[in-house]
Amino acid sequence: MLPAPIRLQWKLSSWMMIFRTALEERLVYRGDFALGTLMRFLPIITQIFLWFAVFDAIKSNGNTTETTIGGFRFQEIVAYYLLTMLGRAFSSMPGLASGIAKQIREGEIKRYLIQPIDLIGFLLLNRIAHKFAYYVIATGPFALVFFLCRNYFINGWPDAWTLVAFTASLLMGFLIGFFLEATIGMIGFWFLEVSSLLFVYMLFSFFLSGHMFPLSLLPDQVETFVNFLPFKYLAYFPAAIFLGKIPREDIPMELAMEACWLVFFIVLCRLAYSRGVNRYSGFGG
Amino acid sequence: MKSQDVEPNYGKVFGTFAKNSLIRDMTFRTNFILQCISSVGWTLMNVGFYLILFQYTDTIGAESGWDRDRFFLFLATTWFVNSVVQSFFMPNAEEFSELIRTGGLDFAMLKPIDTQFLVSFRKVDWSSLSNFAAGIVIAAISLWNLAHREINPFVPSIYEVFLYALFVGLGIIIMYSLMICLSATSVWLGRNQTLYNFWFYITNFSRYPMEMYDRGWGKPLYGLFTFVIPVLLVVNVPARILAKPISPRNPDELLMIGWAFVAAFASVIFSRWFFYRALASYRSASS
Repeated sequence: MLPAPIRLQWKLSSWMMIFRTALEERLVYRGDFALGTLMRFLPIITQIFLWFAVFDAIKSNGNTTETTIGGFRFQEIVAYYLLTMLGRAFSSMPGLASGIAKQIREGEIKRYLIQPIDLIGFLLLNRIAHKFAYYVIATGPFALVFFLCRNYFINGWPDAWTLVAFTASLLMGFLIGFFLEATIGMIGFWFLEVSSLLFVYMLFSFFLSGHMFPLSLLPDQVETFVNFLPFKYLAYFPAAIFLGKIPREDIPMELAMEACWLVFFIVLCRLAYSRGVNRYSGFGG
Repeated sequence: MKSQDVEPNYGKVFGTFAKNSLIRDMTFRTNFILQCISSVGWTLMNVGFYLILFQYTDTIGAESGWDRDRFFLFLATTWFVNSVVQSFFMPNAEEFSELIRTGGLDFAMLKPIDTQFLVSFRKVDWSSLSNFAAGIVIAAISLWNLAHREINPFVPSIYEVFLYALFVGLGIIIMYSLMICLSATSVWLGRNQTLYNFWFYITNFSRYPMEMYDRGWGKPLYGLFTFVIPVLLVVNVPARILAKPISPRNPDELLMIGWAFVAAFASVIFSRWFFYRALASYRSASS
């Protein structure tokens, strides 16, 4: 057995290699990528007009005080939608679960059973590299759109403390998104075809993460329930922190809750993987 | 043999396409049912969202007349149009770009049948029609509510229902033409991933009452999507005919109805021209 420092060094260099390869692979399609990112903001235009029409109708009914819906003013709702785009840029994992399921189905997973590379670690690193490449290219379109829409951020920049909490929630959102989807992909060990299941999950997550509308608009009882679920960390939670919709004194507790969910999904994912590998049988070459 | 003797019977061919697709769908029955369930789930989520929205407001847009029941009639119309597009055209448009990329279009062009017909109707996605059923339920409930409200109960006339069906059909034609044009561009572009997103983003505009966009910096969009790429007419015109948000009707509305009629014909003619233009530039892929 090699001494520990050398083993670590070897590991680091192989992780570095994986990261670099994934990064380069991603940068090949940068033009298509940047355009795609910009177009992804198009649906927000519809949202701006829809919410303007809604607030306009409320105001015309003789409401003189500042109108809010679920604690949001008109501009804040638009800002909210923009921020959820940012949250989703961290937490969404296109192709992760279906990719894992496919590797299981087609027997590619055998590779990780014989090579000294851990599947989950490999995928995580790959994903970090993909996200990293994505941010390099998407910063331009994001900055442009946020700059054009700066007037919707009526409260300006939040203070440094909030920004730290916001960043922490985004990073944990990324990890929760990763381990949640990876766990779903592991279901492929039990059922070979998971695409329909995945679609149902995506629907739920679109609604429950607050991607469709701010969760504080939900009726009270439903909101309490949805708040207990982990989906809100994928979109609603970071945006709500940024806009100051979560009371300052509650933020540390909320972040701790998020960390608990993260640990839960890491354990669940590992457990599903080891259980899955135990019942897995690969045939052929 | 006279030439018309070998003309294919388009109705029969389409019937065979539809039957084959149904057989295919029924082979993977669980998958079919799951697809239906997820479509209905998507519908429920949307209904939930708008119900929440109407907890806070009476109408969408001040004095626009789009109250809860009328807006749900609008939503049902969106659902009718989208379900037909997704069942009949979407799977084919996806296939078309694939045919261009792989060179499989050669075989489609060799067949003794109109290429546009063959390419646009080969597959039917039956599970998407579950959304059509969902649309019927939404429309029935909102019509019932409209007929039984205490102030200004409202029942559309037979004549309005007929016009509604006609303009839903014309709307579907507009959507079909747009889709054919978009997928035909893959002859030049090769890749079409962004194109499909583009389709969703454009049709996203058609989902709401059009007057909503008619203000400030929305005016150019309003003009573009009414007169150049007429997606705003697709749902708006039939929904206004049936739901009659403003009564008596605005004279502008009649103009819009007339324009929707013209636009549907113009877009189908344009799409056919565009399709053959694209085919003329097609230079098969590797064999």
